[in-house]
Amino acid sequence: MIAARTHHGARALVGALLYVDDARGAAMGEVVEIRQPGQPPRRGQVIDAGDALTVVQILEEPLGLAPARVAITLTGATAEAPVGRELLGRTLSGVAAPLDDLPPPIGEALRPVWGAPMNPSRRLPPGDFIETGISAIDGLNTLVRGQKLPVFSGAGLPALELAAQIVEHARAGGGEPFAVVFAAIGITARETRLFVERLRDSPARARTVFYLNEARDPTIEQLLTPRFALAQAEFLAFEAGMHVLVVMADVAHYCETLRQVAAARDEVPGRRGYPGYMYTDLATLFERAGVLHDRPGSLTQLPILTMPDDDITHPIPDLTGYITEGQVVLSRELHGQGVFPPIDVLPSLSRLMNAGLGAGKTVVEHRRWADQLYASYARGREARLMATIVGEAGLSDPDRRALAFAARFERELIGQGRTRRTITETIAVGWRLLAELPRDDLERIDDATWARRPGATP
Amino acid sequence: MSAPPTTGTPTITRVTGTLAEARPLRDAGLYDLVRVGERGLLGEIIRFKDDVATLQVYEDTTGLAVGAPVVATGAPLTVELGPGLLGAILDGVGRPLARLAAASGDFIAPGATAPTLDPARRWRFTATARPGTHLVAGDVLGTLEEQPGFVHRVLVPPGVAGALRTLADGAYAVADAIGHLGDGTPLHLAQRWPLRTPRPVAERLPADRPLVTGQRVFDLLFPLAEGGAVAVPGGFGTGKTVIEHGLARHAAADVVVFVGCGERGNEIAEVVQEFPRLVDPRTGRPVMERTVLVVNTSNMPVVAREASVYLGISIAEYYRDMGYRVAVMVDSLSRWAEALRDIAARLQEMPGEEGYPTHLASRLGQLYERAGRARACGTPDRTGAVSLVCAVSPPGGDFAEPVTQASLRVAGGLWALDPALARKRQFPAVDWATSYSLHVETTAAWFAAEAGVDWVALRARVLQLLQRDAELREIAGLLGHEALQDRDRAVIEIARLVHEHLLGQSAYDPIDAACPVAKTGRMAALVVAALDAAEAAIERGATIDDLDLAGLRRAYAGLRAAPMALLAERAAAVARVIASLGDARGAAAEVRA
Repeated sequence: MIAARTHHGARALVGALLYVDDARGAAMGEVVEIRQPGQPPRRGQVIDAGDALTVVQILEEPLGLAPARVAITLTGATAEAPVGRELLGRTLSGVAAPLDDLPPPIGEALRPVWGAPMNPSRRLPPGDFIETGISAIDGLNTLVRGQKLPVFSGAGLPALELAAQIVEHARAGGGEPFAVVFAAIGITARETRLFVERLRDSPARARTVFYLNEARDPTIEQLLTPRFALAQAEFLAFEAGMHVLVVMADVAHYCETLRQVAAARDEVPGRRGYPGYMYTDLATLFERAGVLHDRPGSLTQLPILTMPDDDITHPIPDLTGYITEGQVVLSRELHGQGVFPPIDVLPSLSRLMNAGLGAGKTVVEHRRWADQLYASYARGREARLMATIVGEAGLSDPDRRALAFAARFERELIGQGRTRRTITETIAVGWRLLAELPRDDLERIDDATWARRPGATP
Repeated sequence: MSAPPTTGTPTITRVTGTLAEARPLRDAGLYDLVRVGERGLLGEIIRFKDDVATLQVYEDTTGLAVGAPVVATGAPLTVELGPGLLGAILDGVGRPLARLAAASGDFIAPGATAPTLDPARRWRFTATARPGTHLVAGDVLGTLEEQPGFVHRVLVPPGVAGALRTLADGAYAVADAIGHLGDGTPLHLAQRWPLRTPRPVAERLPADRPLVTGQRVFDLLFPLAEGGAVAVPGGFGTGKTVIEHGLARHAAADVVVFVGCGERGNEIAEVVQEFPRLVDPRTGRPVMERTVLVVNTSNMPVVAREASVYLGISIAEYYRDMGYRVAVMVDSLSRWAEALRDIAARLQEMPGEEGYPTHLASRLGQLYERAGRARACGTPDRTGAVSLVCAVSPPGGDFAEPVTQASLRVAGGLWALDPALARKRQFPAVDWATSYSLHVETTAAWFAAEAGVDWVALRARVLQLLQRDAELREIAGLLGHEALQDRDRAVIEIARLVHEHLLGQSAYDPIDAACPVAKTGRMAALVVAALDAAEAAIERGATIDDLDLAGLRRAYAGLRAAPMALLAERAAAVARVIASLGDARGAAAEVRA
């Protein structure tokens, strides 16, 4: 790329967009420095490069900028992130500036934050079980290394608590711990504290790097924060050979910023004003999870997103669900009953579950065990709905049994509290619940599986 | 500063996202391929306005600068069609991903190139056309073995004709001349085809037989004809991809082209790992040998996503022209439509419904119309078919959106997926009440002959049972289970068998995953017999508790995982339970007495 060039004055300033005349030779994505006497220096990037007119997106607040007085320097570089093992333990801003009174990170290398798509033929299908210690995930929505499994939350639901518990407890096969990359995207200081303090005294802290863009920080920066975090995660996973867990919160804020920028550019809005390319844009974040041939590490993502109005069909959770390999859905109803973690397993799903369970990974009967729990619980929930109309007395005998089963399932299997459960413990709890039902109600369990249940007479 | 020149070397004047503008490009044609910038990014001219050509760039434009050079190639985007496609994994513009990795590593670098067909590989060609004969497009020149047991017919390319001067057996690379026409035109094993253009056929033929899917719910209730097209809409998590993968594995086609369009990389990885190991029971060979994978994951350049579907269909038509039955799976057509929307929005075209361009429906129609059964051009006489199964990902799972609706106007069938069924882990989660097929009549005779049962009558009985079940459940939901008579409860119990075991099918059980037509017919016939027996017993005075429904369920469930060798035995066991379904009545009555 070419050397730095400086232009004086811009034609227009609309929101965070600066329109520059005659910025010849500007490159798509080029990093821009914006200076004005009496103002702090700001950074931006070229989002539309033209020989007549170039559009620069300013990363910081544009308050006080005067287009006629700015000096705009095209740096000749595109955004790069410092990456390396020495960043572990650090607390950085959303664009990798130090927040921990240490010098700026140098790292082992600089990597373009936009990354490049993995060659699909070089991907290894994820299949290594991660024991998160959470029954609703390990047993019923099994997570594997290299997967992207978002938590669909609602306002006020404990998604970050759940993520923190997973980060503390998660063990990959062989008991190796994860390196953790946490990207805070526009969340509140209270939410950040909740997560950061939970880890502060844990052994996990030394292998965690925080990228923090909080609600009070520059909004446009939110478009870069997850990419700085992912560039670091990719380095740790595919060059340093570590197993990396990336937690991003909150994807909803990211999407709103995307919408804000699209609106400022007068783009044709898609559903609910979000830009039509939001699917593709989100994919360039989520698809950076994976496992590669001949490389020892893995990159697993646990994005958190708050569903506006708890609506799973809202464009943010909807498009996310189309990209990610399943979702863990939190339930306001369970939360209200004091169940923790309040995971509603019916709309939850792990698409890669089958690859991570069975003999040698969890237990051989895992699939049928889970199918039966799902089927019985689904029937119980249906019966619960019916009972509100016709009363419990109006239910058939199997429906009444399923109703009682559903209540115990929520209390005992899902509502495990803050304790860590091994997969063996999870399976045992499930069998204990199933044992309450007559054999004829357990249609998903074949005789061979039935004979393997704990306490079966051989 | 002076204005840029109107003649001379074309350069970039603007870059915005996936689009770029360049001038002067006066001699280039619309949809001509260009190489953009120092890295030579692949692009296509999609608009001329005044002196400026608008380019859509197939690769990431980050770092592309105003003033960078543009080279016009003078030809549209084409695909190289020839031996070596079977078993290949290509990106949306036809670059082989394995050789791309060898060149540029585990991550795809912009500007990387590799020819679709391996230029070094030699194929043993056997000539069948005789020098001296007059050849026309589509005539068979000769054959080679592309995969073990798979005969690749080398055809005279469209637009070429003349007397054959020389043609010789031998081991050739795809670029070698295998012979010449009288006017000196060289003949090759491979040909180039512009992928947006349908390949010509001699005659389009009506569908006359099904493409057997191995999925009971489709083969029995909503059959797909060979040469037909079906849309599979469903919200996320309803199992579209599992269905598409299942069809790619088990559908009774000679060649399968799977287009992963804007979907997940990890799912493609699974296919790439699994297909070489999975054996096609009809040929005894790995299914990968009959498969072409076209892969453009959601994070790969969006413009290439638009091309990927045309690439897949062009490859399918090429094998159809050889006389093969080809099945194309597209997962997902919505991502293709979104690429159209993305491009149209950047061109600032007036948007139609939900921001999609107004030409969405016509482009979609043209795409679906490339499916069909046809007599190929040239001699000897060959008939082939391209069948098309397109997954659609409606936002929020709501079918009232442009891509689903436009698909329905042109597709010959709808396999609607239902999130409520998926939540109950009832797979395939096909909503039988909404789904339909326009191929029921055309495929009935073939099914009846294959399974030895009256397929249409059986289908009608099963649908009738499901309909009654839905009505009765509605009543029970309003008035309670007590409001149902024993006769009605029996219907609900038998319908449960249909939902769970006849229509429900496990994609992960090695036997159950693919169901032969004969087995589907047998299972359907047994469920109808069970219903008749239960109703007859109740007619004779039995109560619901007299019927051994638990025994029936157990025996019937055993059918799913039964291989064909054990089917007769297990079906007989079910038939015995059915025959004595009401016999408990006597015993129960005695106890009551």
